[in-house]
Amino acid sequence: MSDTGRLDDIIAAHAGRDGPLLPILIDVQHAFGCVDAGSEARIAHALNLSRAEVHGVVSFYHDFTAQSDPRPVVELCRAEACQSRGVEALVEAAEAAAGSRVKIKTVYCLGLCSAGPAARVGDNVHARLDQAALVDLVQSA
Amino acid sequence: MIVARISDDALAKACGADAVAAAFAAAGCSVERVSSWGMHWLEPLVEISGVGFGPAVPADVAAILSGSSDKCIGAIADHPFISSQQRLTFARAGKTRPLSLEDYAATGGWAGLNRARSMTPAALVEEVTRSGLRGRGGAGFPAGIKWQTVRNAVGTRKYVVCNADEGDSGTFADRMVMEGDPFQLVEGMAIAAHAVGAERGYIYVRSEYPHAIAKLDAAIALAAQIISPFLVEVRVGAGAYVCGEETSLLNSIEGKRGEVRAKPPLPALEGLFGCPTAVNNVLTLAAIPHILSEGGASLYDSLGIDRSKGTMPIQLAGNIKHGGLYETAFGITLRELIDDIGGGTASGRPVKAVQVGGPLGAYIHPDQFGLPFDYEAYAAADALIGHGGIVVFDDTADMGNMARFAMQFCAAESCGKCTPCRIGSIRGVELIDRIRSASPAATDGVTALPQMHNAPKQPRSREADLQLLEDLCETMKFGSLCALGGFTPYPVMSALKHWPEDFA
Repeated sequence: MSDTGRLDDIIAAHAGRDGPLLPILIDVQHAFGCVDAGSEARIAHALNLSRAEVHGVVSFYHDFTAQSDPRPVVELCRAEACQSRGVEALVEAAEAAAGSRVKIKTVYCLGLCSAGPAARVGDNVHARLDQAALVDLVQSA
Repeated sequence: MIVARISDDALAKACGADAVAAAFAAAGCSVERVSSWGMHWLEPLVEISGVGFGPAVPADVAAILSGSSDKCIGAIADHPFISSQQRLTFARAGKTRPLSLEDYAATGGWAGLNRARSMTPAALVEEVTRSGLRGRGGAGFPAGIKWQTVRNAVGTRKYVVCNADEGDSGTFADRMVMEGDPFQLVEGMAIAAHAVGAERGYIYVRSEYPHAIAKLDAAIALAAQIISPFLVEVRVGAGAYVCGEETSLLNSIEGKRGEVRAKPPLPALEGLFGCPTAVNNVLTLAAIPHILSEGGASLYDSLGIDRSKGTMPIQLAGNIKHGGLYETAFGITLRELIDDIGGGTASGRPVKAVQVGGPLGAYIHPDQFGLPFDYEAYAAADALIGHGGIVVFDDTADMGNMARFAMQFCAAESCGKCTPCRIGSIRGVELIDRIRSASPAATDGVTALPQMHNAPKQPRSREADLQLLEDLCETMKFGSLCALGGFTPYPVMSALKHWPEDFA
């Protein structure tokens, strides 16, 4: 099926809900890896919003990106609790292991604050990371 | 057959609980995935006939089954970390399978809802008010009074919204409720709906909690008949910290930018889609079923100190030896929490600072560890309880850097609607950098122009920069629309006050 067809299916799946925009954008980001200008225009048209309104929402939230990034993502928590458990000392090694192949994304809090440093790959979470474990995680991402 | 009970909480999974569970299944045991007891340093914790073993790895299975394991901690319920707690909201933690309706009903589930539905909404609100329950999200507003406002508000539709956007570092109690006891939250929302006259409810969960989202979706489907005609739906966030602020959260559900709304109007009068809306935190709603059970309200009121009634699920996090969830009546001191219960730092070094209440909470010096856990006592000490998260730092922490991080975090997460927060936070980062680098501000080309009569011609001194930082914090505190800009000065000013040497 074409991308337009998939996009329209996503829009149709949520169109009857109250406040459908965020659920649509989450699904579009998940399906295409981004919410690009073309998608914004089509969503705007379907929901009777202006493109500016949709773009304003897309650009507000950290989870939405304008361009897809084919690299695997390792989300590394660098909030206070993980900092107190030494995450900052691991960042350099993680970046080195990632190189240009893996994207290391900084997030603030995965809710594993008593067992940090913590990271997330997809829906799998990892805690009590030391340098070796984090480098392993990045290499296997 | 031996039954091995292992948590399926995200933290247990992150520490390898799935592999341990698979190893027990392979050894011929029946494995039950239950909620977490909250002793996080022992996860993955394996429970066999009430006796605990942890932290377990797959290689421990044979020793645990033969009774020769050195990871045995004895009867879990008798462990001092558990037996010294007073668990009301977390009464089921570790004991039930999160998505088992059978387990939930067998442990007193739905009793609160059944009793609430036999009462008039007015009597129900009165009982919640009498319990003394205050909002657990941070602001500490009395829950009963908020419900009363929504109940009395005029509107064709009303909503109950659960704020599950738990973005504060050092907090995980909401996540544990959603993953470990989701029916309790659903029951609390159904009771709230009966009290205020709402037919629909939303749970707004942050996207960083995929396991909680899955559990809630499943729990809502399973409980749909029981809570009918009330309808609940999960809405997922998209990575904006500020959406934990209630008006920003409402905008986000409506499909708008998560910008903060000016108050008034209060959400209780004009909230979601312009309708009267009760917005409550997960812990507030999860406390409701207990309060509505027979005699629950008066028990709740009898606990705690002063105007902080009932119990608080306190989250021990950061560099602490025995981290986890500790629910107890208000009034406990930080010294008891960190030294006696938490066992000091995980690194074994002395405690330097403790941040209570998330990224917007003050850093507290060990000299103040006698402070009782109480909303008013913390406010008087220029600190806040917030959501009850406690992050411990050892003496390697650089508090100047932490102050800078607070400003940087505010700059990254500001919704941009009000100036003190949007611009003040960026200026705050620059100012702290300048103070710490000890190089005076360069006068730029513009200030040197002859037209700029009032611009200082000399670079600002360090003292002037410190004064400026204080002024900036004052402006943010009193000029910001919401707690993000308004409370960021707490960590900054407390760090500056107690550890000025870290700003040199």
